Amino acid sequence: MELIAVKKLEAWFGVFQALKDINLSIQENEVVALIGPSGCGKSTFVRCLNRLHEEVPGARVAGEVWLDGRNIYAPGVDPVGVRRGVGMVFQKPNPFPGMSIYENVAVGLRLGGVSKRTVLDEKVEQALVRAALWGEVKEILKRPGTSLSGGQQQRLCIARALAVEPPVILMDEPTSALDPISTAKIEELIQELKTKVTVVIVTHNMQQAARVSDKTAFFLLGELVEYGATEEIFTRPAQEATERYITGRFG
Amino acid sequence: MSSSSYELGRDVRPSDLTFYYLLKGLAWGLVLLLLAMVGVIFALSWEALSHFGPGFFFDPSWDSWREQFGALTFIYGTLVTSLIALILAVPVSLAVALFLNELAPSWLARPLGFFVEMLAAIPSIVYGLWGLFVLAPFLRDHVQPPLGQYLGFLPLFQGPPMGVGMLAAGVILAIMIIPTIASISREVFRSVPATLREAALGLGATRWEMLRLAVLKASVSGIVGAVVLGLGRALGETMAVTMVIGNRPQIDWSLFESGQTMASILANQYAEADSSLHLSALTAVGFTLFVVSLAINSLARWIIWRMQRVN
Ligand SMILES: Nc1ncnc2c1ncn2[C@@H]1O[C@H](COP(=O)(O)OP(=O)(O)O)[C@@H](O)[C@H]1O
Ligand SMILES: [Mg+2]
Repeated sequence: MELIAVKKLEAWFGVFQALKDINLSIQENEVVALIGPSGCGKSTFVRCLNRLHEEVPGARVAGEVWLDGRNIYAPGVDPVGVRRGVGMVFQKPNPFPGMSIYENVAVGLRLGGVSKRTVLDEKVEQALVRAALWGEVKEILKRPGTSLSGGQQQRLCIARALAVEPPVILMDEPTSALDPISTAKIEELIQELKTKVTVVIVTHNMQQAARVSDKTAFFLLGELVEYGATEEIFTRPAQEATERYITGRFG
Repeated sequence: MSSSSYELGRDVRPSDLTFYYLLKGLAWGLVLLLLAMVGVIFALSWEALSHFGPGFFFDPSWDSWREQFGALTFIYGTLVTSLIALILAVPVSLAVALFLNELAPSWLARPLGFFVEMLAAIPSIVYGLWGLFVLAPFLRDHVQPPLGQYLGFLPLFQGPPMGVGMLAAGVILAIMIIPTIASISREVFRSVPATLREAALGLGATRWEMLRLAVLKASVSGIVGAVVLGLGRALGETMAVTMVIGNRPQIDWSLFESGQTMASILANQYAEADSSLHLSALTAVGFTLFVVSLAINSLARWIIWRMQRVN
């Protein structure tokens, strides 16, 4: 089933147009990788999927993004509500300082108005289990989130995003600041997540895209050049630019 | 911040060496100067301190006729006025800093920020004059009567409204330390990484929730630092306080009453003290002020250090 449909999406930073006429559709429980040279608009694109792009001063969006049958850019839609239903994981692990591991995971639930201790306990544990972190932190839930290692912090951020059980989770180069072992853990995790959520992941690592994703989108200079099954893109790209990029003969 | 020692290499130039020793000498010179100042003040205080013993710090009497001196009244005055100043200034400063950094459009934030920082440049005698001629009458006519009427059951707000007194001193101090606390807090808020704000927004935080989750929580130790710098200024502020506090050495629960701080008693009496014991007692008050400021600063540094270690 189609979960996300992007139609004629355009995005600007002031007068600079970062995305041009993007059209793409994402099915439920798919992992979609976004690849492309840096500066091509991958981050801008994922940030349009949860209306985060518009938080940058001077930034603007046009077009439609249908999420679960609703256009999130329709007039009157509250961006805060949209973001509550979409998880996001960033390039650098960013747990909230001054908050325990537990509180970091619970924060989204609390924003959503959950305050019953038993419910929180259960959902926090669930999210940590799904983020493959529970075993490492179940004894130290009261410690600051920032006291964990980088890889653990990133899984904590994944747990934080998962806690509210969003149908989609956006990841913007989630492993680029991590060591290979932590990276492997997170890639494995993504495979497990996709039984329940749809993952859109930006990566500049082609092997990673090939390993984790079902579909791959190749961006270049703010345009979507090619989108299709990952296997196709990596073995028989239709566009020459795509081939040049994935074979490393770019620029 | 980590202290690092400058390693002198093998073939170092003579001019570099001279410069190195010059800076090193200056740094040590400052330390010696501080120690010498403390030493001199302590020596001058010795007559009073040895005469009255540790009781000096707990004795509320200050009677130059009978030569009975104690610092308690002034310690009380300094702590209470500084506390009033903090209670008023901290929320206002944080609100100003948040507004200027996070909410105000830049065409408004720039001039307003400049204006707030200019408050720090006004000489304290000018604050004192304004306090005496504007603030005190205003408090007497418009603030103290309703305070007495509605909160008069508290001993803090009893007695006739007089304008000048502990409350006026606290309010003046608050205004004087707002620029310090606000401008440092602005720097602290600015240093919160954008990724934290985005983390909060990405979770569906409203603007205010984002400030609470990402900005304020990450800024606690920095804010403590800002507050302590403001407190340091309030503890030692002399001129403006002397002009509005009423200058009566007494401890009274009511904030409407006159009082005296450690700094203001020095400003008031140093020129006219004629016995050596009186003079020494005044110096001992100055010494106490130094110790109290040092203690509060150290405490705050310790708090900041602990919080940074936890994170
Ligand atoms: N805050 C910003 N202000 C102005 N231009 C920006 C900003 N962020 C990104 N851009 C520009 O938008 C384009 C796309 O950026 P981005 O989406 O971050 O690329 P990617 O994630 O693919 O590296 C780049 O040319 C970049 O320079
Ligand atoms: Mg990017």
